[in-house]
Amino acid sequence: MTTDKILLDHGGGGKMSHRLISEMVAPLFKTPHLEGMNDGAVFDAGGRRIAFSTDSYTVDPIRFPGGDIGELAVNGTVNDIAMCGGEPAFLSLGLIIEEGFPLSDLEDILKSIARSAERAGVSIVTGDTKVVPNGAADKIYINTSGVGWVPDHVFLDARNARAGDLIILSGSIADHGMTVLTLREGLTFSSSLKSDTAPLNHMVKRLLSSVGGVHVLRDPTRGGLGTALNEIALQSKVGVEINEADIPVRPEAAGACELLGFDPLYVANEGKLIAFVSPDDADKALQAVRNDEFGKSAAVIGRVVSERPGKVYMKTTIGGTRIVDMLAGEQLPRIC
Amino acid sequence: MKYREEYRNPEITKGLIRKINEMGRPEIRLMEVCGTHTMAIFRSGVRSVLPETVSLLSGPGCPVCVTSQKEIDSIIELSGMGVILTTFGDLIRVPGTETSLQRERAGGCDVRIVYSAFDAVEIAKKNPDRDVVFAGVGFETTAPTIAASILTAAQQNVSNFSVFSAHKLVPPALFTLMASEHINIDGFLLPGHVSVIIGEDAYRPFFDAHPIPCVIAGFEPGDLAHSIYMLIVQIANGAPDLENAYPRAVTKTGNTKAQTVMDRIFIPRDSEWRGLGEIPGSGLKIRNSFESFDAEVRFNIPQTESREPKGCACGKILTGVLTPPQCPLYKKSCSPENPVGPCMVSSEGTCAAYFKYYDE
Repeated sequence: MTTDKILLDHGGGGKMSHRLISEMVAPLFKTPHLEGMNDGAVFDAGGRRIAFSTDSYTVDPIRFPGGDIGELAVNGTVNDIAMCGGEPAFLSLGLIIEEGFPLSDLEDILKSIARSAERAGVSIVTGDTKVVPNGAADKIYINTSGVGWVPDHVFLDARNARAGDLIILSGSIADHGMTVLTLREGLTFSSSLKSDTAPLNHMVKRLLSSVGGVHVLRDPTRGGLGTALNEIALQSKVGVEINEADIPVRPEAAGACELLGFDPLYVANEGKLIAFVSPDDADKALQAVRNDEFGKSAAVIGRVVSERPGKVYMKTTIGGTRIVDMLAGEQLPRIC
Repeated sequence: MKYREEYRNPEITKGLIRKINEMGRPEIRLMEVCGTHTMAIFRSGVRSVLPETVSLLSGPGCPVCVTSQKEIDSIIELSGMGVILTTFGDLIRVPGTETSLQRERAGGCDVRIVYSAFDAVEIAKKNPDRDVVFAGVGFETTAPTIAASILTAAQQNVSNFSVFSAHKLVPPALFTLMASEHINIDGFLLPGHVSVIIGEDAYRPFFDAHPIPCVIAGFEPGDLAHSIYMLIVQIANGAPDLENAYPRAVTKTGNTKAQTVMDRIFIPRDSEWRGLGEIPGSGLKIRNSFESFDAEVRFNIPQTESREPKGCACGKILTGVLTPPQCPLYKKSCSPENPVGPCMVSSEGTCAAYFKYYDE
């Protein structure tokens, strides 16, 4: 059953989003930058390379343990630029606010944006504010766009993974998605669950300046780790093998996933990255990630192989093997 | 939770798998009746470490999947009657004869996903001028909480709340499975969660009528390996038995409190299952004393002509007659993005499990 309307699944970050973009959006604009399906675009501007990215934030609820929509809006775009190898410098801020939204809540969000920008080391340099009638939007939506310089020696692309690369994950998965979901559903069983929203640009800068063999960076947001690995396997035409036992999942997040029937591999993260690194550089790269405050529990979770291009396999804890597919539908709407 | 990690201990599980592999049996076909088992088996990779001679077939254990097309159509019709239709997430993408709840929601119908029927009661309290209907789909696992939500609504005079009951009972379906001429099964992995409610004894009449190896199983890799091992031992010894390999959660008599609540609200009735047809006493109807909470009584739901999707093999897949890759639509016109049948939609559906985890 195909559809003639936009469904929530189209925004889920999985297969449906992927198809919407590759079949309807990208063909109309015919720019090579869109074909790479990267987190942002990198292009030349007067002899320097610039990374440029944009993202909109609609998370419900707007405040959650570990952060709020403002912090998410800064970190999300900062991270997208960082994943292209850029050092984020300037951000724009677009606000769409529902009539009746408390001014004090707006001020809180703006303060949070200011704090987050300072922490990431970026400046908010332009913006726009729109107010829509009550009911035409839900509280507040935020768009941020950002630019950053890409150092001369850095060439990251989702198409660059090659056989032999080791895959580093910067920490535990599924924290953000499960935090928002359990809060939204009023499930208070896991009070220690906390969003992992964090700026990763300092970590990336440290990583890229310490080793040369980083081929791909990606932050596994919507669609989770499983979808991000699949995208890279497809784009780079390589196979990916990961070990279940090596993937960190905090017990609170694992418990929430289990109770609600979610697979942590497909739950969103907002402060994690995966790095595809040549094997000779992997030790140093892992150390560089671990030296960052947001990468302390980083681990090597798998490797790239030439067999079975486009597919991701996982060795399970009991020694079995299973395929890890891309997320098909929407596990959960409006988490970021 | 205590006693859970032990069942995840890879070494214990690997030991059991080794034992199974050492037994070197001829072809054995086991059916896991529960959709959560199907997913757990795939996710843990148990299938990939079993001997090739042991096949695991999925049974009619995914509630959304066995819900008849007529019931799906009725729920979709209800969503168009100006009500707030509340449902568990799985149901919303299931294609009815003409449309799905997801499409109706995109078209403006008020369809909301809830995690408990109690959430629906709360929505009803907050919207006293609207009718709030909960689409009750599920086995003995979900029926008690839905019964409790009706009791709560009754006690609190929430008169704008009602339930469309498409609940199904597992033991009657086992009888029907065994009566099928196509059936070719050497043993059953019986559902863990359902058994927590109904208890081991609830399968006794079935086992007495059809003495076939039966083991109630949990969901951790260790549970699965242990239960499969027990079934293979029963088969090897030619000594069919009804055993409980999940005693940390399942008792002989089950959760009697839940059974009492269920019994107070519901009464068994004949019910149509996708793939199995009409099964006597396998559904649950809301008792007349609570009929004001029965959406079938409250609303005059238009009866449209229901048709199952052309070419869809969900019915045969639910009974283990076919596996998903044998369906002509599988991975062609039917995928999780564009599901033709319910088995491709639900997180417990066999086709969705194969699509996600099976590597041909």
